[in-house]
Amino acid sequence: MPALLFLLALASMPLGAQETDAGSMQDTLAVEAVAPDFTASIARLGGGNFSERREAAIAIADSGDERSLNVLTALLEGRLYTASAIDAEAEDAPPRVLLAESDADDAPLRDILNNESAGTLAEVETRRIPLNNALRGTLRNLIARLSLADANPAVRLDAAKRLLAAGTAPELAPLLRERLDAETDDRVRDALALVLALAETNDDTVEVRIAAVEVLSGALDPEVRARLAELMANDAEPAVQRAARAALDSIQTRIEFYRFAENLFFGLSLGSVLLLAAIGLAITFGVMGVINMAHGELIMIGAYTTWVVQQWMPNHIEWSVLVAIPAAFLVAGLVGVAIERGVIRFLYGRPLETLLATFGISLILQQAVRSIFSPLNRAVSTPSWMSGSLEINPVLSITWNRLYVLIFALIVFAALLAVLKKTSLGLKVRAVSQNRAMARACGVRADWVDAMTFGLGAGIAGVAGVALSQLTNVGPNLGQAYIIDSFMVVVFGGVGNLWGTLVGAMGLGVVNKFLEPWSGAVLAKILVLVLLILFIQKRPRGLFPQKGRAAEG
Amino acid sequence: MSLLQQTRETMRRDRVFDFMLPRPDFAQSLDTRHGPILYVEGVSVSFDGFRALNDLTLYIDDGELRCIIGPNGAGKTTMMDVITGKTRPDAGSVFFGQSIDLLRLSEHEIAQGGIGRKFQKPTVFEALSVFENLELAMASDKRVWATLFHRLSGEQRDRIDEVLALIRLSDLRDQRAGALSHGQKQWLEIGMLLMQNPRVLLVDEPVAGMTGEETERTAELLISLAGRHSVVVVEHDMAFVRSIARKVTVLHQGSVLAEGSMDQIQNDPRVIEVYLGE
Amino acid sequence: MLTRRLFLSDRGGMVTLALLLALGIVVPLLNLVVPADSPLHVSTYTVTLIGKFLCYALLALSIDLIWGFGGILTLGHGAFFALGGYCMGMYLMRQIGARGVYGNAELPDFMVFLNWTELPWYWFGFDMFWFAMLMVVLVPGTLALVFGWFAFRSRVTGVYLSIMTQALVFALMLAFFRNEMGFGGNNGLTDFKDILGFDIQADGTRIALFLASVIALMLAYVASRFIVTSRMGRVVTAIRDAEGRARFSGYRVEAYMLWLFVFSAMMAGVAGALFVPQVGIINPGEFSPLNSIEQVVWVAVGGRGTLFGSIVGAFSVNYAKTWFTSSWPEAWLFALGALFVLVTLFLPRGIVGLLRRRRAGGDA
Repeated sequence: MPALLFLLALASMPLGAQETDAGSMQDTLAVEAVAPDFTASIARLGGGNFSERREAAIAIADSGDERSLNVLTALLEGRLYTASAIDAEAEDAPPRVLLAESDADDAPLRDILNNESAGTLAEVETRRIPLNNALRGTLRNLIARLSLADANPAVRLDAAKRLLAAGTAPELAPLLRERLDAETDDRVRDALALVLALAETNDDTVEVRIAAVEVLSGALDPEVRARLAELMANDAEPAVQRAARAALDSIQTRIEFYRFAENLFFGLSLGSVLLLAAIGLAITFGVMGVINMAHGELIMIGAYTTWVVQQWMPNHIEWSVLVAIPAAFLVAGLVGVAIERGVIRFLYGRPLETLLATFGISLILQQAVRSIFSPLNRAVSTPSWMSGSLEINPVLSITWNRLYVLIFALIVFAALLAVLKKTSLGLKVRAVSQNRAMARACGVRADWVDAMTFGLGAGIAGVAGVALSQLTNVGPNLGQAYIIDSFMVVVFGGVGNLWGTLVGAMGLGVVNKFLEPWSGAVLAKILVLVLLILFIQKRPRGLFPQKGRAAEG
Repeated sequence: MSLLQQTRETMRRDRVFDFMLPRPDFAQSLDTRHGPILYVEGVSVSFDGFRALNDLTLYIDDGELRCIIGPNGAGKTTMMDVITGKTRPDAGSVFFGQSIDLLRLSEHEIAQGGIGRKFQKPTVFEALSVFENLELAMASDKRVWATLFHRLSGEQRDRIDEVLALIRLSDLRDQRAGALSHGQKQWLEIGMLLMQNPRVLLVDEPVAGMTGEETERTAELLISLAGRHSVVVVEHDMAFVRSIARKVTVLHQGSVLAEGSMDQIQNDPRVIEVYLGE
Repeated sequence: MLTRRLFLSDRGGMVTLALLLALGIVVPLLNLVVPADSPLHVSTYTVTLIGKFLCYALLALSIDLIWGFGGILTLGHGAFFALGGYCMGMYLMRQIGARGVYGNAELPDFMVFLNWTELPWYWFGFDMFWFAMLMVVLVPGTLALVFGWFAFRSRVTGVYLSIMTQALVFALMLAFFRNEMGFGGNNGLTDFKDILGFDIQADGTRIALFLASVIALMLAYVASRFIVTSRMGRVVTAIRDAEGRARFSGYRVEAYMLWLFVFSAMMAGVAGALFVPQVGIINPGEFSPLNSIEQVVWVAVGGRGTLFGSIVGAFSVNYAKTWFTSSWPEAWLFALGALFVLVTLFLPRGIVGLLRRRRAGGDA
């Protein structure tokens, strides 16, 4: 047998060498390609009436040929066509059966038997093999049986899930019981049990139906819920109706829990964005008392840095984000130092003027970005390890990019805390922020510390920009969208308190997301703003105020 | 007793609604028949765990001149903050006369009621002229609409001139207050207190930054004020205190350590200990 | 006495008032009397443009009152301007009547478009001019009263207050962008036909609106001057410089600030109401925080703390903006940004301060 396989492989090499598609290569290699049963059945598919086609389909499924699943799926999806034989002189030659890769006109066609390319749908005169409902039912059954028997557990799991998604299929119950007994993989077993229970809800015996409903009460899938609702309304037996109601209630409770968890996650995710945006501000505003209205534009600069880095290393998108983090920190930090040295240092102690001047800078930076890059949004690509989502169950799935940004925000927060608490720069920063004159008298170069502090805050804004570029559009207005929110976070948390910023950001994020389903996104935002305005009335110094005599003055 | 406490509690609760209550008529309800004009009883204030005032009890008699001394952090400024309504105490009561509860009133009501205060750092309205500073401080209807259509009467002008002469700033009447010297600002601020025509003057470090001559004149002024007004002076300058004091109170760690004449105070072992250490 | 206080001691203000008066006489004459082909003719476009500047000047004056004298940097005065504008816009919308695209006599077009069947309650009364005019001052005034009462009572001051005002205008912008609010959503209110029965596009109406703006600005100037030279004005300045001292002098600081804030908001509302019929549209963009902060810069450029300075500032910055946006649009934001920085760094007293310093230097 292996020898024969090898020979066949050799023989088909020239044929296969033309193909680039690995799947078709495999098809060519198949030993059973020549199994007479399969070949004959394929031919029978092309002609005859529906019942003959049905028999042919069963025969194909029974043939054990590896292509069976593919062919039957294609047949069910209406992608099998017949065309007259190439060799038109041989009158008896059965029509060719061709498989289209998709419904599109330019989809390539292949002859099933010899896998030869046969042009496209548009080029070849073909006839779609017709189906009726009985045949469709049979096909579904056959496909399920074939795929559930597949050697690969992933294929089996996929098949079970597809069955589940297809909804109740009472006719499959015997097959499913059989497969369930034979199944060894736990996850496939669980999925099969669900499909079976779904099928058994149509059983004639009341006990079986109730047992099935009990099995279903653990599931979150929408089809299960739909079926349970149907049972609750329509089942002839009150006991089943009651069981269905109980099952639905228990599912509903769990769904609500997961919805809550999802909201919480989205809230924390929004909170992490706010945290990243606000944390740099917490330094410049909280520690230095400088209102930096250009903070949002520093975030924007960070996001554009990410874009530029990706332009430089188009072949290493996977790593580009990691490179962009230090790059954005440096670029935004340098811009920040320039702003501090150029403008802000002349305005210490005049917060309102600082506010206006930095707002002017923000306008200049925005317009500069518009002139240099373009007023349009720039597409920053997301590395593959950050795209997609982590599916926890049918109700709850978490996108990787949000999860990473959340973790990243916490890391940045921890790092900043460490810098302020453990390093000599941090000590000097705290000293200058508490008593400028005294710090200077102790030999701290206050203006150097100012520049470094501002640079640190600006650099963190840049890093926030990298994270934001993975979540939203990168455009000249990116920063504006976050500046008011960031100020709200800092004010809410209590100026000069990093922990307050953390709690404030997460709190605002979560409150926002929990209001949203109730009121809509825009109204939620308005409500949060109004609540904040009211909150500030109650506690003008925020959640965690700095107390004591110094703060009173 | 519990009923009294309850009543007081309700009073505190409706403090928010004070603007709805009729204004107390201070001139009539100020009751000093028993002697003291200011009753500070059992007042405690803490900031963030630090007790600035600790069960402070103090009485100021009508018309007396009282000096309050004490080391840094003894609670002198906080005590003034409590009396003038800037800081709300955690416990205790402060009465103006026998019947006016100062804790129920806001800063401007207390000021209008007849308690004037001079800050430690001289604070005047720098953008306004000396004359205007005094004009604004003058006792009169201080509601918004009244000030919008207010016009100075000749009588009021005379009063301002009188005080200008008293604080020796007549020549500088149209000078911007911001351009005055430190000592002149101190004087202007005292002048502003006088314009308010208060029953009680709380004066925080009036001679800081003054020359010897200015200090002397300030002492004279304060002494001349006592009698018509009650004057409470917080000061570090012992020579100055000695020159004006009749009765001295020593504060330490938020409560009264000793009280008496300057001589008594100076010989009190506890005071010596506090000032000189162990 | 009052004349002396209001006018004679205020040379810059006198010049400004005289110029405004001249503008109010000359421009209508040059527009209506001088024939269109004469080089002296002033086009209706220019009349409207100057009318717009006059409204901006009125707005700037209101900001100067609260910022220059009260020391409260408001980054949300555009909210009051826009609210006044919306009140006027609602009146003008109701005047369209059945002449809209859908021909519905009762409902404005955008409501028909949203399939609304009846007028929301807050639109009632706006078909009457006097009611709308009342609302022009009452709506901004009430918002300022409520917001200010909360803010001043709890002693939110300085940059905190600035940020809160910005949040306020931002929240209003988001709200007015919503169709459900019933103010035309994104598009706002536009396509006005007539005002008090006069065609809004007609030259005569334009001139009348222009004159109304001139008169409103002059009256507002005199009123503001009355306020800042009154004892109340001095109290406000006193509060700005030494709030604690003012409190212990017996002034109820919150009441003064609130009064001034409300008055200023009402002035801004009037400015908005005059603005809308001249430009023919009001939309939520007027609530944009950028607009509000730009308005502050007019005052900063002119010279805060001098009433006529804010008028000078509003005219010069907006003239510059008109010039830039027509001949060099990309550069406008650069110029505006630079203006912010340069004025705060080098001209803390604005143009007026510069002129005064020069004169003082010349005299010496």
